[in-house]
Amino acid sequence: MTAIIQIENLSKQYGSGTRALSDVSLSIEEGEIIALLGPNGAGKTTLISIICGLVVPTGGTVRVGGHDIRTDWRAARKLIGLVPQEIALEPFEKVINCVRFTRGLYGEGHDDAYIEKVLRSLALWDKRDAATRELSGGMKRRVLIAKALAHRPKVLFLDEPTAGVDVALRREMWEVVDQLRRDGVTIILTTHYLEEAEEMADRVGVINKGQLLLVKPTSELMGEFGKKTLTVELTAPLSAIPDDLLGRGLRLSPDGRALTYEYDTRAERTGIAHLLGDLAGQGIKVRDVSTRQSSLEEVFMTLVSEPRQEVTA
Amino acid sequence: MSAINWPGIWAIFHHEMTRFFRTVMQSLLSPVISTVLYFVVFGAAIGGRIQSVEGVEYGAFIVPGLMMLTILQQSVSNASFGIYFPKFSGTIYEYLVSPVGWIEVTLGFVGAAAMKAVLIALVILLTSFFFVGVHILHPFWMLAFLILTATGFSLLGFIIGLWAKSFEQLQVVPMMVITPLVFLGGAFYSSDMLPPFWEGVAKLNPVLYLVSGFRWSFFGLADVPVGVSLVAVSLMIAACCVAIRWIFATGWRLRE
Repeated sequence: MTAIIQIENLSKQYGSGTRALSDVSLSIEEGEIIALLGPNGAGKTTLISIICGLVVPTGGTVRVGGHDIRTDWRAARKLIGLVPQEIALEPFEKVINCVRFTRGLYGEGHDDAYIEKVLRSLALWDKRDAATRELSGGMKRRVLIAKALAHRPKVLFLDEPTAGVDVALRREMWEVVDQLRRDGVTIILTTHYLEEAEEMADRVGVINKGQLLLVKPTSELMGEFGKKTLTVELTAPLSAIPDDLLGRGLRLSPDGRALTYEYDTRAERTGIAHLLGDLAGQGIKVRDVSTRQSSLEEVFMTLVSEPRQEVTA
Repeated sequence: MSAINWPGIWAIFHHEMTRFFRTVMQSLLSPVISTVLYFVVFGAAIGGRIQSVEGVEYGAFIVPGLMMLTILQQSVSNASFGIYFPKFSGTIYEYLVSPVGWIEVTLGFVGAAAMKAVLIALVILLTSFFFVGVHILHPFWMLAFLILTATGFSLLGFIIGLWAKSFEQLQVVPMMVITPLVFLGGAFYSSDMLPPFWEGVAKLNPVLYLVSGFRWSFFGLADVPVGVSLVAVSLMIAACCVAIRWIFATGWRLRE
């Protein structure tokens, strides 16, 4: 795979002295979905804004498709589509005209067949002649996506795409992103919803206080930082944990019918086999065994509370 | 990709003109009604007492001034609102992230604003034919002055729209500066009619040069030499372009 976005030593310091980004370097491969996670004010939107041309960096370089965003900005911007966090649409304009307008801005000629395809894929074709002010919040957000796709970008930025939307719409957005992934569009999204990153992203980047703490494949991150919980359901309830099993961090459920055991997936020995053997030795019969991976949210909290210097980009 | 994004310019121009035609009745009817009122007040009521100015019937004499008044007001308001509205609604981001630079954005917005103003001025000219007999001595220069003035003041309006942070600010410059300048710029009289001191003060008003040049194209009469009028409007266009280029280069009031 080749890098479609190459960020090197990117920094941004505002006039007020606030340092929004510090020496960020990152390489994004063509066709991947990368989620940028971080608390409010971490620098996620600043990073996206610099790449898209909304904010001028104070240091470093960004290349999109090999084009420098400052010296070769026209070619770089043609490759990019941006879906902003805030819903910003001309209220009296028809949906289809909004999309045509964006296509024109990017220097593309009329292609109503393509615009129809985009609107149909976003379930907006029936609303093509409606003024945007008549649409629901979810539909407006989809119009923003349609506009961002109007010129067939190779890279799509989604800034908090599901902020403030209900669960059903969030699922709908995920489906849209999944379809875009299948179409080969590189997607960079920022989100507060860790579940979203876990669900959609190939890689996750964690930003805090303007620094990129790490970038790793989502599964690797979960494996590396994630802890698993083993739940052992018992045939007969226990009144207390047997003395021989104490000191292993076992917890007994209030009804005495389940034991939980937390273990580190990175450890050479998880202790599961020993535990199950010792339970059998104690004559405790097991009805069922299940495991649960800790969520990305827990991983994220671990990372931002213990900043790391190492960055795998 | 060529240096200039022509489809981008067309997209902005077309978008702005569509908005104009969406409200065509209110866009055209309002200035026409105002013009009729001016003819009634200045032409019929006052004009009855002023037979002629420098040999031109007073009703006809004020036609270039009325057209200039409309051009200035419409150019400034169309261009300032055109660029301010995306800032207000948040859609300005589109212009900043797409492959259009200051030239494309300015040509799109200013071109549309000037076009609207010229169309309205021509409608006013047509309306005036119902009230007075107007003969245009230099039609080419009339059109040239019309277009150059509309462009100059659309550029000024564009800067006002970029500067404004509220609808109040958007209104304040046209109301407090443009309208007084037009009324004091000889729209309804010749500067020769003023006492010498005020005639000297009037010569400091840039609008006087525009009205004068425009009136010359109609009647061959001018308060100041026509070449000076052309230089004045050209300088204004150049100065506004420099200012707009600076605004886009620095991101002042755009990328804050």
